[in-house]
Amino acid sequence: MSTDELSVPAALAPGAEAAAGDGAGAERNGEPVVDAREVTRHYLLGRDTVVEALRGVSLTVPPGAFVSIVGPSGSGKSTLLNLLGALDRPTSGSLRFSGRDVADLSDAELAALRNTDIGFVFQQFHLLARTSARDNVALPLVYRGAGRRERQRRATEALDLVGLSHRRDHSPAELSGGEQQRVAIARALVSEPHLLLADEPTGNLDSQTGTEIMELLQDLNARAGVALVVITHDPEVAALAPVQLPIRDGVLDQDRASASALAPAPPASGPADAEPSEGSPPR
Amino acid sequence: MRSGESVRVAAGAIAANRLRAGLTALGVVIGVMSVVLLISVGTGARSEITGQLEALGSNLVFAVPGGFEGGPTEGGGPSRSPFTADAIDDLANDLAGQAEVTGTLTSGEQARGPAGQTGVSAFGTTGSYDAVTDTDVTRGAFFSDADADTGRRVAVLGPSAAEELFGERDPLGQQVTLAGVGFEVVGLVEEAGTTFGVDADLQVLVPLRAAQELFGIQRVDTVLVRAPSPDALPGVVDEVEASLAQSIDEDRFSVLTQDDILGVVGDVLGTLTFVLAAIAGISLLVAGIGVSNIMLVSVSERTREIGLRKALGARTRDITSQFLIEALLLCGLGGLVGLGLGIGLAEVAEAVSPLPAEVTWWAIALAFGTSLGVGIVFGVLPARRAGRLDPAVALRHE
Ligand SMILES: Nc1ncnc2c1ncn2[C@@H]1O[C@H](COP(=O)(O)OP(=O)(O)OP(=O)(O)O)[C@@H](O)[C@H]1O
Ligand SMILES: [Mg+2]
Repeated sequence: MSTDELSVPAALAPGAEAAAGDGAGAERNGEPVVDAREVTRHYLLGRDTVVEALRGVSLTVPPGAFVSIVGPSGSGKSTLLNLLGALDRPTSGSLRFSGRDVADLSDAELAALRNTDIGFVFQQFHLLARTSARDNVALPLVYRGAGRRERQRRATEALDLVGLSHRRDHSPAELSGGEQQRVAIARALVSEPHLLLADEPTGNLDSQTGTEIMELLQDLNARAGVALVVITHDPEVAALAPVQLPIRDGVLDQDRASASALAPAPPASGPADAEPSEGSPPR
Repeated sequence: MRSGESVRVAAGAIAANRLRAGLTALGVVIGVMSVVLLISVGTGARSEITGQLEALGSNLVFAVPGGFEGGPTEGGGPSRSPFTADAIDDLANDLAGQAEVTGTLTSGEQARGPAGQTGVSAFGTTGSYDAVTDTDVTRGAFFSDADADTGRRVAVLGPSAAEELFGERDPLGQQVTLAGVGFEVVGLVEEAGTTFGVDADLQVLVPLRAAQELFGIQRVDTVLVRAPSPDALPGVVDEVEASLAQSIDEDRFSVLTQDDILGVVGDVLGTLTFVLAAIAGISLLVAGIGVSNIMLVSVSERTREIGLRKALGARTRDITSQFLIEALLLCGLGGLVGLGLGIGLAEVAEAVSPLPAEVTWWAIALAFGTSLGVGIVFGVLPARRAGRLDPAVALRHE
């Protein structure tokens, strides 16, 4: 990791220039944060059984957008999220992050991309036990070589954003489920990503707490301009997003996945010169 | 990821599983401890023996039974010694004016004096023994060759023998009984010290022919010759060989200098020490397998954590080095404890047992270095397995 990434501004204000893997801040000017075209993902079970978890998905997420992907269990939601989060590579089709094709990126470059551009929020929180909230939040910064001081400062700022800075020294076991998920959200935000991916973020929470978490995520999407993709099988949660994409048997509802429907509700990072033709062509 | 951070994470992981880590490291502790202890004892034994040999003086030439190169006992041990008292007399005559000559035979015997009875090393030797071996006579005088030739029953005592047999009394002029026969004490020799817990001062020296008659043996164990200077050594060696060869088959004896003996003794003890350390090293190898095993368990337990770290931006080599450092730390900590125990036990052995022990820096470096090497070798497999985990799959892991 290059040292100039250490000087990323901490402010999470809308339109703030975020950390970019290979230079050029121009990437955010209209380039979709994620652009998937005809993406498939097949799993090999045993010797010759192929599970087609995704069967040709096209999806464009512009900067600042809020999309929900809703579908029944086994429909391929998590598989799609893994691809959108650069945790996995498609079997076929093209997948681009801010214009960069994952096929051209090494595993180490994908790791750097996840580190700087993408934040994850998981259903099971995935916080490290016996580790304070602040150190959990600071974890992504460890992998860009940030010093302890800077990590603590930025982690505290991120905890502030989710309203938990007073709990920074508590370990996950000492926090409620909702608080744990807030810590996880702070961890996703600490690297000031372009894209926040949440897989069933309310799945392990009661409905009241779930609503609070969704409000927090929406607020961050609106205020910080970070694109938000929420995966859920809960229609109420899905309905919060201006764009809802049903998924079934590994295929998205293509009409609704069109580019026009995905324009960000408030043009947070101001992609004034975004080409309307950019995005998945309807078929 | 900074390496300081990796060490902190690894230390945290070990601390979180203290008992398991401790039991795993125990193998390393025992391995390192044994390596240090065995090398220390081996080194100590070597320097004690070489020290004893060196104390005899560097101008000594030894004639011993058998072919020395092929091992001291080849061609017959001391019990089949080819040397006789006559051969020593002949040798002394041949070398007269060039070098002092003596010979010894040794036997364990019961000795009795006014203060009590004890087992002693009884030496039969000639009147030049004290001159050849550079032994000081503290009281009285060493018996002469004339005494030896006439078969007078005279004896010289080591300090411990004198004390055991005579207590506070003055032994000079008194009788000591050896194998039932009385000898008159004519002299006392200086202290020689202890080797491997055997008191070298518990000795009674008597004339060679008297000893042969008394113990019913014809042999002489060793022939000793002192050259006047180091430069004269090679000439003296040749002379001794030529002289002895007149009456004894050349294959039945060897003539050696002190350096020859030091070299061979050093080699033998060095090899012995190495073999012992290598056996102890095998326990380190076994410990390494244990470390590998527990690290694999740890990787599998922490699969989701690895997936999470990768999702947050950890690269393969961040994860690999984290687990490698954990294995190294485990072995390194075990190694340190093992060093402490090994050094401590060596000190205790040195202090309370007849075994000499000498802790050397190279033994410490070797043992600790090996423990770290074990950490790397046996940590690589689990660490690579951890690093190669697919983040998407690892995150789904239950
Ligand atoms: N690593 C894998 N190996 C084999 N098959 C897999 C793997 N991951 C997912 N699948 C299969 O792909 C399909 C889609 O799985 P996915 O996890 O994406 O579903 P999902 O929509 O997230 O379901 P849920 O709501 O239960 O989480 C399923 O049939 C699943 O069994
Ligand atoms: Mg899922």
